[in-house]
Amino acid sequence: MGLRSTVGWTFPHCLLPTAYCRLPVPMPSAVVRLPDRQLEALKCAYRRAAWAKRAQLVALVAFVLGLIALSAVQAEVDPKTFLAKIGGFFSYFDRLATLDSGQRVWTDPVEWFWSFKRNVRLIGETILMAYVGTLTGGVVGFILNFLASPNLTANAAVVFCARRGLELCRTVPSIVFALMFVVAFGLGPLPGVLAIAIHTAGALGKQFFETTENIDSKPIEGMRSVGASWAQTVRFAAVPQVLASFASFALLRFEVNVREATVLGFVGAGGIGQDLMEAIRKFYYSDVSAILVLIVAVVVTIDISTQRLRHYLMGERRGS
Amino acid sequence: MSAIAASDLAELKVRYPERFRPDWRRRALVVGTLAAASALYVGAFVSFDFPWGRLGPGFWQLLWFVEEMFPPDAGGHLGTYLNALGETLAIALLGTLLGALFALPAGIFAARNVTPSAWLRTPVKRLFDTVRGVDTLIWALIWINVVGLGPFAGVLAIATSDFGALGKLFAEIIESADPREPEGVRASGGRRLVEVRFGLLPQVLPVIAGQILYFIESNTRSATIIGVVGAGGIGLHLSEQIRVLEWRQVSFLILLILISVAAIDFVSSRLRAAMAGRRPASA
Repeated sequence: MGLRSTVGWTFPHCLLPTAYCRLPVPMPSAVVRLPDRQLEALKCAYRRAAWAKRAQLVALVAFVLGLIALSAVQAEVDPKTFLAKIGGFFSYFDRLATLDSGQRVWTDPVEWFWSFKRNVRLIGETILMAYVGTLTGGVVGFILNFLASPNLTANAAVVFCARRGLELCRTVPSIVFALMFVVAFGLGPLPGVLAIAIHTAGALGKQFFETTENIDSKPIEGMRSVGASWAQTVRFAAVPQVLASFASFALLRFEVNVREATVLGFVGAGGIGQDLMEAIRKFYYSDVSAILVLIVAVVVTIDISTQRLRHYLMGERRGS
Repeated sequence: MSAIAASDLAELKVRYPERFRPDWRRRALVVGTLAAASALYVGAFVSFDFPWGRLGPGFWQLLWFVEEMFPPDAGGHLGTYLNALGETLAIALLGTLLGALFALPAGIFAARNVTPSAWLRTPVKRLFDTVRGVDTLIWALIWINVVGLGPFAGVLAIATSDFGALGKLFAEIIESADPREPEGVRASGGRRLVEVRFGLLPQVLPVIAGQILYFIESNTRSATIIGVVGAGGIGLHLSEQIRVLEWRQVSFLILLILISVAAIDFVSSRLRAAMAGRRPASA
C-alpha cells in the first residue's frame, strides 16, 4: 500500500519516514515519475540500506545485552535477593523517619536533631574543607594550566610534564589520596583538605588548559611583539580572556567538592562523614536522617547559589 | 597608522581622560572579594586546629611511601585483583545503565516542554536534586544495609546516584531541544506521546546516549572507590593494602586502575565522537 498522489501514481511507502505515513501528505502536482526499472533499483537500494541499519541496531543491542549479562554474573547480581529485599529499601526510609520512641521524626524536632550543634559544626568543617581544598587546588591548577597550554608555553617538554602531572592528580580518586594521607598525617581534616586540593588541581587544571588553549591568539602575539615576558603575556593576554570561565569552573568544582567532603570522613579524613558512617553502621536511624537532611539542605543551597553566580559570570563575559 | 610613541602619552591622557581614570568601584570589589576569600581561608585553617607539627614528619613519611612503592608488585594476588577489576567495570556498566533506565522516563517527565505544569514537574526535579545531593558512597552504605555487603550493593548505589544526576541532565537536554519538530507533529494531529516519540526523542537520543557513555566512563572511577565501604570492586583491596602498608601492591593496584580508566576513556571518547558524527578531538 502506498499513498495516492494527485497525479495518480503510487508513492512507495518505504520512501517516507514512518511518522508521515498516517498523515495526508501534500504532494507536488508535477512529480517526475521514474521509469520502473530505475525506480525498482532505487527501492531495492533503499530496502537494503534499511535492513543494514536494522541489522546494525540488532547487533548493537545484542552486544550491549551480552555485556550486561557478563557484568551481571561478575557483579553477583541476584534478582531473587533483590526482589526479596527491595522492600527493605523502602522500609529503611520508613525507619529513617521514625524516632526510637516510635513517633515520626517531624513530630519531635528537638529529639530528632538532638545533636544539632555538633552536626552543624561538623558540616561547617566539611564546607570549609571543600573551600580550602578548592582554593588551594584551584591556585595550583591555575598556575600549571598556563604551563600546559602550547599557545603560551613553547617548550614541549614543559607542556608534556604539566599535562601528565595534572592527569595523575585527576585520575587517582581523592579518597585514595585521603586513605594514604590519613596514614601519614593522622586523623582529622588535614588529610581531607590535601586530598581535595590535589584532585581539584588535576580536575580544574584540565578544564583550565582546555579553555586557555582555545583563546584568541592576537593578544598573545601583541604582548610578545612588544617584548613582554612569559608572566606578562599570561597576565595581560591570557588572564583577561579566561578569568570568567575559570571562576565558573571553580564554583562548579566547589559544589562537587562539598559533596565529596561529606564522605571523606568515612576514612577518617575529617568532616561529617565519620559521624554519618557510625550512625549508618550502628543503625541509629533518626540520626542518619538528621545528618542526611542537613547534608542535602547544604548541598542544594550551595548548588543553587553557585549556579546563580555562574550564570551571572557567564552573562557578564558574553556581555563584554 | 603611525606607532604611538611614549612621548604621546601626556597628550593621550589629556584627550581621553576617562580611559586613564582608575575604576575605584571595580577595584574595591576585586580587592574586597580577594580579602574576604583570604580571610575565610585563614579562618578555616584556624578552625581546623591543624597539628602543624605533624606536617613535616608526614611529608617525609609520604616520600618514604612513594619510595616503597617501586617496583609495583601484585604480591601473588594477580588473579584476585584482575577479578576485582572486572567486578569494578561490571558495577560501573550495570549501575549506569540501571540508573539511566529509570532516569530516562523521569527526566522526560520533568522537562518543561513535556510537562507544562510546574506542580507536577517541580517535585520530580527536587527529587533529582535530593538524590544527587547524597554522595554515591553514602548510598552504598545504605544499600549495604538493605542487600548486604558485595558488588550488588555497589551497582544499586551507582544506579541511585546516577538516577539523580542523569535525570536532571536528561530533563535539561530535552528542555533545550528544538520546539519546531514536536510542533510539526502536533500540527499534523499527533497525540502527546506521539509528539514526544517522533518530535523530541530523535533529536535528543544521540546526546543522551553520549551522556550515558560519559557516565559509564566517570562511574568507572567511582566504582574503583566504592569498595572502600565494602560494596565490591577493587577499592576493597586498595584500602586494605593501604591499611596494612603494602605499598608495592598499592602502587600495583593504582597502576591497574589508571590503565583501565585510560583504556575506557579512550574507547568511550572514540565512541562518543563517532556518535556525534565528528573526528575525535586530539588529546
